[in-house]
Amino acid sequence: MKKQMLTAIALVLGASLSPLSLAQAQTTADGIAQYREMLGEGGNPADLIVMTGQELWNEKRGSKNASLEKCDLGMGEGVVKDAYAHMPRYFKDSGRVMDLESRLLYCMVNLQGMDADKIIKNAMSGSGEYATDMESLVGYVVSESHGTPIDPPQGDQHERDAYERGKQIFFFRGGPYDFSCATCHSTTGQRIRLQDLPNLTESGPARQAYSSWPAYRVSQGALRTMQWRLKDCFKQQRMPVLKYGSQTSVDLTMFLAVNAKGGEMAAPGLKR
Amino acid sequence: MKVFKIEPLAALLLLACAPGVASAADLAAGTDLKTVVAEMKASFSERGDVKLDRIDQSAMQKACSQAEMTGKPLSKEQVAEIAAEALASVKLPADGQYLGDWKAGEKVAQSGKGLQYSDKPGAPAGGNCYACHQMTKSEISFGNIGPSLLHYGAVRGSDKQIMEYTWSKIYNSHASSACSAMPRFGAAGILTEAQIKDVMALLFDPKSPVNDDTAKP
Repeated sequence: MKKQMLTAIALVLGASLSPLSLAQAQTTADGIAQYREMLGEGGNPADLIVMTGQELWNEKRGSKNASLEKCDLGMGEGVVKDAYAHMPRYFKDSGRVMDLESRLLYCMVNLQGMDADKIIKNAMSGSGEYATDMESLVGYVVSESHGTPIDPPQGDQHERDAYERGKQIFFFRGGPYDFSCATCHSTTGQRIRLQDLPNLTESGPARQAYSSWPAYRVSQGALRTMQWRLKDCFKQQRMPVLKYGSQTSVDLTMFLAVNAKGGEMAAPGLKR
Repeated sequence: MKVFKIEPLAALLLLACAPGVASAADLAAGTDLKTVVAEMKASFSERGDVKLDRIDQSAMQKACSQAEMTGKPLSKEQVAEIAAEALASVKLPADGQYLGDWKAGEKVAQSGKGLQYSDKPGAPAGGNCYACHQMTKSEISFGNIGPSLLHYGAVRGSDKQIMEYTWSKIYNSHASSACSAMPRFGAAGILTEAQIKDVMALLFDPKSPVNDDTAKP
């Protein structure tokens, strides 16, 4: 019950202060700045989703009636503090490089006995719906890296390979529009319409972009995760549907995270 | 995005045939292009008419990806090859008429619909020109990935040569600049011939808001 109430408050906050209604903002960034001011210092509707996520982390759930307190995000069992800033990373138990979301999925399936297909099917909320369990958990874990420098490990060969493949995926032109990620995100100062496009190959803008995701998307009234961000980018590239937690999504996240190394995490962020 | 005009000779695409680094038995081992493509095919699912064949790169897509990733410019030969192939793909209007209706062209320029899995299969696509180009004084929400096209026809006139050049630019931009970021609106079947004529009219008609700042779109 508490979870639903918190999310409902987040929705109301999000809907009542649409930046679209703000007077003639020059760019999207200006509109968001105005919105942030209206919310008050540091305000973000995602804060309430984060609280829900913390409850979920500690709650005994699934067929194994277990909490996630034994889940190892790379810093040891149950350690959430700073974990996100050191992901993606290679996990010996799964033999894979994993991002936060594929790791949470792994823990929910293996520790709690939940159904993977069901989690994946319900991973992303619809516009204006309550945050999903996955979104809430992501919000919580990410918030525990607030202020921590981004430092994804590159010591293991699997991790270096993930970065190398992620780089190729970033520059991979395909589909009927011939777009790659780089088409929009490898030049500084570019815009689509009034939307600024960060140059994700440069340290400065890569840090700023990566550190602000996952983010509360005001126009959708939802906390959007990195998996959502990449899936939507590929959709706009006219590519097929990016599978949740797929290797491509993890490798690309590794490429972006390494490019953003040294930036201070500031997520959940706030976006248009 | 770099656009490769005529560049000095440079190393060819080594990456596609370089051996992978790791050889572990797990799915995600190695980093060569073949491994990456196989991984991508396993990482996406089809929806509607958006199939996995969108991951199959053309020779142009492959060459441009490698050049952009490595920062090594295309060789003269590669540029010539891409340009020749692009030029051969351009179909000039069958009836010799380049210009349609600029009002319809403005609608095409505004619309970003088309070919995403969230779009209705078969529904007409837009050109989304404003996403990347300034075109009119009245539309202030424009991107800057491409050059400003404000006063396009007023500045350039409308003789046969500039009309043909512009048509081919829209149809397949690689004919004049290899590895351009601009989609091949004609060659890739994004816009119909009639839609391209309408966009042409938007660019060239002296009464269109591109050329007449007082015109109402």
